[in-house]
Amino acid sequence: MIKVDHLSKSFNKTKAVDDISFEVAEGENLILLGTSGCGKTTTLKMINRLIEPDRGKVFINGQNILDQQPEILRRGIGYVLQNNGLFPHYTVAENIAIVPQLLKWDKKQTEHRVSELLEKLHLDKKYLSAYPNELSGGQQQRVGLARALVTDPAVLLMDEPFGALDTVTRSKIQQEFKALDELKRKTIIMVTHDVQEAFELGDRICLMDKGKIVQNGTPAELLFKPENDFVRDFLKDQRLQLEFKAIKLKDLVATEGVFELHGESLAADVSLWHVLEGFKFSKTENLHIIDQNKKKTDLGFEDLMSAFYQYKKRHAHE
Amino acid sequence: MNEQQQTLWQFMAQQSDKLLTQTLQHIGLTFISLIIAVLVGLPLGIFIARRKKFSGPVLGIAGVLQTIPSIALLGFMIPLLGIGPKPAIVALLLYALLPIIRNTFTGITGVDDSVKEAAVAMGMSKWQLLFKVELPLAMPVILAGIRTATVINVGVATLASYIAAGGLGEFIFGGISLNNTNMILAGAIPAALLAILFDFLLSLLQHLNLKKLKVAAKVLPAILVIMACFYFIPTAYGSKLTAGFTPEFMGRQDGNLGLQSKYGLKIHTIVISDAVMYKAAFEKELDVISGYSTDGRLKAYDLVVLEDDKKIFPPYYAAPIVRDDALKKFPQLESTLNLLAGKINDSVMTDLNYRTDYLHQSPERVAKDFLVAHNLFKPDRGGSAGIVRIGSKIFGEQYILAGMYSMLIKGNTDYDVATKTGLGGTKICFDAMANNQIDLYPEYTGTGLLAILQPSQQQIDAVTGNKEKTYDYVKSEFEKRYQIKWLQPIGFNNAYALMMRRKQAAQLGVKTITNLKQYLQTK
Repeated sequence: MIKVDHLSKSFNKTKAVDDISFEVAEGENLILLGTSGCGKTTTLKMINRLIEPDRGKVFINGQNILDQQPEILRRGIGYVLQNNGLFPHYTVAENIAIVPQLLKWDKKQTEHRVSELLEKLHLDKKYLSAYPNELSGGQQQRVGLARALVTDPAVLLMDEPFGALDTVTRSKIQQEFKALDELKRKTIIMVTHDVQEAFELGDRICLMDKGKIVQNGTPAELLFKPENDFVRDFLKDQRLQLEFKAIKLKDLVATEGVFELHGESLAADVSLWHVLEGFKFSKTENLHIIDQNKKKTDLGFEDLMSAFYQYKKRHAHE
Repeated sequence: MNEQQQTLWQFMAQQSDKLLTQTLQHIGLTFISLIIAVLVGLPLGIFIARRKKFSGPVLGIAGVLQTIPSIALLGFMIPLLGIGPKPAIVALLLYALLPIIRNTFTGITGVDDSVKEAAVAMGMSKWQLLFKVELPLAMPVILAGIRTATVINVGVATLASYIAAGGLGEFIFGGISLNNTNMILAGAIPAALLAILFDFLLSLLQHLNLKKLKVAAKVLPAILVIMACFYFIPTAYGSKLTAGFTPEFMGRQDGNLGLQSKYGLKIHTIVISDAVMYKAAFEKELDVISGYSTDGRLKAYDLVVLEDDKKIFPPYYAAPIVRDDALKKFPQLESTLNLLAGKINDSVMTDLNYRTDYLHQSPERVAKDFLVAHNLFKPDRGGSAGIVRIGSKIFGEQYILAGMYSMLIKGNTDYDVATKTGLGGTKICFDAMANNQIDLYPEYTGTGLLAILQPSQQQIDAVTGNKEKTYDYVKSEFEKRYQIKWLQPIGFNNAYALMMRRKQAAQLGVKTITNLKQYLQTK
């Protein structure tokens, strides 16, 4: 879907991005992770040509973006900024409708799409005619997301989208973000310096340092097959939490059945972290697996933990 | 001036026509220049916000323009644009530029970077970014700049009357010249009120919320244009010729008021400062001006004096005036000073003034050349039989006369001379004499009458019609009141006069003020 090919960019002789290449499959969520100054934001901004590369190419759907007119290109890519970048002189409705207006959408169509998004993002209709400064930080970021999604673009670029929020709001919006059906279909590249966030939201993580990609892989690959000491050191803090987040339920339990917790079904690719968070740790509590024959198997906290240790052991020896 | 008892309110009511005209002109001048300043300053501000390397030089130049004193700036404009509204508008425009450019620049560069980045990332073009994001968000700051510029312009526009562009300055500077407080206030109070009013209205606009601002941004240009049109309302009428009179002349009985009441002269008149009036007449910006009959510029610009056939201008014959005790102390003095009596007529004096004012010859040289040419010059005898103290006022003609008297005394008597030239105005010179600081100085009959003796209006009317009567009256009164003697007149009359270009006057057959009035009445 997106192919970045030997991309380089220098600012005043310092190499911000140094000959990097990666690909993002359709519907995949790639995280560009790294400390500030590692070149992740520069890389992101070269994909919608907010920054023009010195060398290299970027293809979206096989088309070289450098051959397209930048304005037209950008109207087809959703973009979410760290500080939301909402227009203070536009109402919420007008802010969300910026790209439809540029594309000269019909008024009714725009209105319909705006209220649909508002509902999906749990924003009350009364905010439509409010100005951004009348909203809370979390609400502003939701509007920023709605603005990026309004034309249902296939590609979404996000630059530290939750970076400016307090921890409570951030994890709440992250959960909503994961649950949003609109986003599941999209190819997303997201920049963050927050390792937990990367493991929470990313299908794949591209760890960058000094303008180069150190390792590009799934969260589990980064944890259990680190390329070098830099990767190991980067993931050192709160490693257990990262492992819980990196390991999916399907990695621990091989079954054709359906998972169920507290009477609600769970997808096989939810993280162990998510399951553990759902546990209330009462003695009788179990995760249920229901197979085709409606047979119910129970898995307790201890079962999951022992499966986790076996998984770790297995990978450590590979 | 016996209008002192009149209240300000009466003055304003009496002059309401003029007041309205001047106020409209004032508003018009302010807003014409403001519109142009916005049209120039806004794009320039946008340009330097885009190309930051130009911001230093552009803001620097606009800042330097701001520091030029307003009178000087108006003075610079005259050689380039002549007189009238054009140079005034350009000068006002230059003053208004800095706040507008600077605030546009600050406003646009102050727009939050993340908002600009978002706009670009949404796919806005450069122009869409400017009109949809940068300008609307910078608008409060830009409006603050326009507000500052407006208040500056209301203030500076009072100076426009110096170069015949009208406005409330006509009253203010006329009032200062005539020492008429009511007249000053009749100009100054409306000017101050205009400044406060516009400042207040624009502050309302500046603090409007964002939604109403969109409407305001559309209405504002229309309002500005309407305000600007005010300037043209008063100038819609005119006459065949244009006169330029000094603010002082406008308000004097022996000036424009007399022209209107005694001659019934009706002419399109603009108010202008003495400094540029002659040149403006020469350059055909004006046809008739008020001036002094022996001014050197008369010759420099080839102007001709119209005869005052109804005698409204009191005679200003020059004569030396001397303390009685000095005449006793220096017995030869009177006959020596009278050597010059009747020797210098108007055109000779004009020529002498021309040589000092325009050819920049020293007054001493001009004085000596004249004495030599008329066989009056004798070498300095180096006398020591006492010192005669000669004074003079602070302008060229007086320096020349003082120089001549000095040479005559040194050459014809055994007295030595001390000159105290450049004694400010009439009051300083006369006080110096009354306090026995000087023995003699050249004075004018009209000045002696109106500035020093200040008799009743009836008395003035009784003596001003005839030069001998005036001379006799001041001579006897000075002797009675101050023990100062008027010696014989030198010959020339440095009075107020109406002047025209020699060529035009000849073409139109205008020799007297009555001729002028008749010409204006024919259609």
